[in-house]
Amino acid sequence: MTEVLRDTRWEHFPHAADVGVRGFGPTMEAAFAAAALAMTDVAADPEAVAPRSKVEVACEAPDPELLLVEWLNALVFEMATRRMLFARFAVRVTPGSGGPWTLTGEAWGEPVDAARHGLGVEVKGATYTALKVAPAPGGWMAQCVVDV
Amino acid sequence: MDLGRLTRVSDVEWHIPQAGPMRVPGVIFGGQDLVLDMDDKVFEQVVNVATLPGIVKASFAMPDAHWGYGFPIGGVAAFDPDDGVVSAGGVGFDISCGVRTLTTGLTHDQVAPRVKALVDALCAAVPAGLGSTGRVHLSPKEMDRMLAGGASWAVGEGYGRPEDLARIEEHGRMEGAEPDAVSPRAKQRQQDEMGTLGSGNHYLEVQEVAQLYDETAAKAYGLAKGDVLVTIHCGSRGLGHQIGTEFLREMVTRAAGHGITLPDRELACAPLRSELGRRYLGAMRAGINCALANRQIITHLVREAFSRVLPGVDLPLLYDVSHNTCKAEAHDVDGVRRRLFVHRKGATRAFGPGHPDVPEPFGAVGQPVLVGGTMGTASYVLAGTARGMEIAFGSACHGAGRAMSRHAAKKRWRGREVVDDLAARGILVRSPSMRGVAEEAPGAYKDVGAVANASEAAGLARRVARLKPLACVKG
Repeated sequence: MTEVLRDTRWEHFPHAADVGVRGFGPTMEAAFAAAALAMTDVAADPEAVAPRSKVEVACEAPDPELLLVEWLNALVFEMATRRMLFARFAVRVTPGSGGPWTLTGEAWGEPVDAARHGLGVEVKGATYTALKVAPAPGGWMAQCVVDV
Repeated sequence: MDLGRLTRVSDVEWHIPQAGPMRVPGVIFGGQDLVLDMDDKVFEQVVNVATLPGIVKASFAMPDAHWGYGFPIGGVAAFDPDDGVVSAGGVGFDISCGVRTLTTGLTHDQVAPRVKALVDALCAAVPAGLGSTGRVHLSPKEMDRMLAGGASWAVGEGYGRPEDLARIEEHGRMEGAEPDAVSPRAKQRQQDEMGTLGSGNHYLEVQEVAQLYDETAAKAYGLAKGDVLVTIHCGSRGLGHQIGTEFLREMVTRAAGHGITLPDRELACAPLRSELGRRYLGAMRAGINCALANRQIITHLVREAFSRVLPGVDLPLLYDVSHNTCKAEAHDVDGVRRRLFVHRKGATRAFGPGHPDVPEPFGAVGQPVLVGGTMGTASYVLAGTARGMEIAFGSACHGAGRAMSRHAAKKRWRGREVVDDLAARGILVRSPSMRGVAEEAPGAYKDVGAVANASEAAGLARRVARLKPLACVKG
């Protein structure tokens, strides 16, 4: 698995009502992990979140772009139902050969603490808007808009 | 938006002529300044919606329209039941997100000395913000009853009063909800979220009626200048979001199988007659009931908080409107009465006088249309019109509409400063998220007054009252 640490490149990009999350990395997997960190930054300050416990997720989709949405939505579900924030991610993507692309991922984080986490807004879901997974200088870029 | 691409029909109505794959024209309502400020993406999205199968009359954008997902936020589109589609993107993630306003029977002078105690009590009573949990936890059986019964279920559980139901669209219970069409994951997401406000643009606000425009309608709505109101803005919480997520995915992957070419994946839709379309309608209606139940529980919590601070106060429900819905309605199209599935994405139903779904005390003046503004400017109460029924399937704007991205707002303002500035102007804000407050700064929104004016000028709804915020709990 490609583990992405806190200094990985990610950014937000503007959307009129919501927020675009974009990750860059040397591999598609690293870019997916960086996009997840960008999503955490919508909800809280990732620097304030301690990677105390691990949650595992798995998903699949017909192509890498739809897989990014599945990955982020799997994390949204875990954040919502466990009331956790995640600050570290590891992703393994298995390309589909005639079948779906699959992803197994790990997310490390801790329960939401309003006093400590510098809360932003809740993410309702990842969307197909401005969705792109593509090679970028130095590796890969993965992005979409998340609804808040 | 480049006005050169539009045909000007009047000062507040602009058309996009039907061309290429469009099945109907596009219609954008709004004054020149509002339309100029709209993102070009709104144009693109209005055009894309116009290409969907079975769309009737036009693809509409309300005066507060802005760039959404697939549909613009502020988009309205109606579809034929036989040839048409239902779109999970056209309803949105926060199914039935809406606004509910309660009257207090108190004037500003009576409430002013207690506003601080009131906002603190409201803040303590209603769980708000990311990670907050409600006090109502439902067993699987009870969850299904809630999804089938909406606000009507909540009243049966002791949240609010039977007379509240007459003041809610669908009498508080959306027919045709199918709890079985809602996934276990969606229900799991709702487990601890009943009676929570959420975050982002959701709020609970104490307001004063600052100005009346239509005395007759104001009287029917029970509004007088100086009256204090409470408004709740929230939706279907995690359950609605998960329904949106799951059906969007299924509609995207099955579009080709349904013979649908999507100009944008977010326009994901399914034929109304298909198994998927019917299943989505059942789940989406359950989502509407979840939102209605949620606002009903919050209403109960608000009433309790008020009575602790101002004993003996009664808080009757003025009205409850939903924004993100697809509903089967009868409308006249070219002189023929037709049953249509009307999507309103960030738009409010605004039925005119005499419509059978408008409750009796408002029958002569039209449905109350509650337009949420910002915590620093104003909100509006409008009334549905006969003209709005003719031109836009009885629909109107839903809020101020964002003018600036959250990204830009966060860079421009600091939450603490926004709270202090508003406090200096006599508006008390409470929120667990200072960053959220910065992103929701009043300056990040369009001029809600211009949006209300344009809605009135276009004939979509007429202005009844302007409300001024006194205190706000922001999620």
